[in-house]
Amino acid sequence: MYSEKVLDHFRNPRNMGEIKDADAEGTVGNPTCGDLMTIYLKIEKDVITDIKFKTFGCAAAIATSSMITELARGKTLDEALAISREDVASELNGLPPIKMHCSNLATDALKEAIKNYRAKHKGT
Amino acid sequence: MLAEVINIKKIYMDYAATTPVDPDVLKAMLPYFSQIFGNPSSIHSFGVEANDAVETAREQLADLFHVKPEEIVFTSGGTEADNLAIKGIAFRHKDLRKHAGPHIITSSIEHPAVLETCKHLEKQGFEVRYLPVDHHGLINVADLVQAIGKHTFLLSIMFANNEVGTIEPIEEIGKIAREHEIALHTDAVQAVGKLPIDVTKLKIDALSVSSHKIYGPKGVGALVLRKGVHLEPLFHGGGHEKSLRSGTLNTPGIVGLGKAIQLIQVQMNKEIRHLTLLRDTLIKNVSTIEESYLNGHPKQRLANNAHFRFTAIEGESLNLMLNDKGIAAATGSACSSKKLQPSHVLLGIGLKPEQAHGSLRLSLGRMSTKEDVSIVSEVLPTVVEKLRAMSPLWKK
Repeated sequence: MYSEKVLDHFRNPRNMGEIKDADAEGTVGNPTCGDLMTIYLKIEKDVITDIKFKTFGCAAAIATSSMITELARGKTLDEALAISREDVASELNGLPPIKMHCSNLATDALKEAIKNYRAKHKGT
Repeated sequence: MLAEVINIKKIYMDYAATTPVDPDVLKAMLPYFSQIFGNPSSIHSFGVEANDAVETAREQLADLFHVKPEEIVFTSGGTEADNLAIKGIAFRHKDLRKHAGPHIITSSIEHPAVLETCKHLEKQGFEVRYLPVDHHGLINVADLVQAIGKHTFLLSIMFANNEVGTIEPIEEIGKIAREHEIALHTDAVQAVGKLPIDVTKLKIDALSVSSHKIYGPKGVGALVLRKGVHLEPLFHGGGHEKSLRSGTLNTPGIVGLGKAIQLIQVQMNKEIRHLTLLRDTLIKNVSTIEESYLNGHPKQRLANNAHFRFTAIEGESLNLMLNDKGIAAATGSACSSKKLQPSHVLLGIGLKPEQAHGSLRLSLGRMSTKEDVSIVSEVLPTVVEKLRAMSPLWKK
């Protein structure tokens, strides 16, 4: 059902945890639906210098969370915003079709975090 | 996935999903593939030999369930037995559709083979009442009596639930059904072999049996059908099984089912003691995990069923991680289902979706050992802890 790469990220999630003094956080999903994820960012001069996640959900939800942290680290905020759900899925060598929507929320969590960051630093 | 599974002891704790064929069952079946291959309907010696084997199996089932051999109808499995009983009885009562229902009363936690059949009949104009259950998964008998209408002709209540293992009060329901002259069907797929079932004494009119849940082969089952209960067949053809189920009989499968039933007859009491001991140890050990809860009835539950939920984690992840440790289990989480809906049984016993997501079914069987239970008791807390460390819902 899952690609080896999904299973690898599920078993050995990259950048799992919290950033205590994060510059921004973004949470999406709903425990009722079975998926909830939070992305934590450290940002310097518009570049993501550190990124971590915490996720409640299935293997696909955990693997996509892990993958987005790898894809976004070191990117500018605009570059990070350009990462799509499809990019995450294809980096994981695909997701089962049924999981593409419900468990592929990691890009949304990242976008949410960046949106929160920009709202906080508006005009600065 | 195999890489990590290799070199560790694999533990099967999903006997409620299916069971291995018992070596004695396999041995009994083997001659019926190519040596004794005749069509049981043929009058020559090849056919007679096959027919004798089928009739022996019929007697084996009749013995266990305390009915007459002519009250056994062989089917392709539990799903067909459920369909045959429910649709078969409903089609005999087509005329009642013009009167107000409910025509059929069932529970909200039945197996899909019953629920989907009832939903299909609703589209055909039958009225169906789905009774709620309490937080242990038990039907309220007073509710049932209250629901019975003037034109109710069928009750279909499972003997024991396949997910949470709760055993329903079938004896009481049987009395009620007989008093009101309503047919009682029960899906006993999970119950057979885990508790004694006297179909006659319990006043059951139709009882569904599956072979692959009781160490028999897949693709065969039976409907125990009390004499005098009339059914419209689902399959029309050569008139096999007294025209209730046309189709050449699956001789090896039926022989296997018969042997599996005979083994139950011989060893059930011992097996129930074995399973109960293992189950209770498992429940005791797993309950020491922080914020873990037992789903289903604390006492009135199948001897082989242990069903839990854990706060802040999701069942599919839990199952995959257990699988990495060699442990095979099941979950009612939406994320593992094709419909992405949490189990209707877990919602039916009043769990919130987020609680249902974190559920785990461990079901024991004939080959389960104390060592299996010890290993699972050791591994499970570490896996739960690992997933909670990742979860934003776990604030500790």
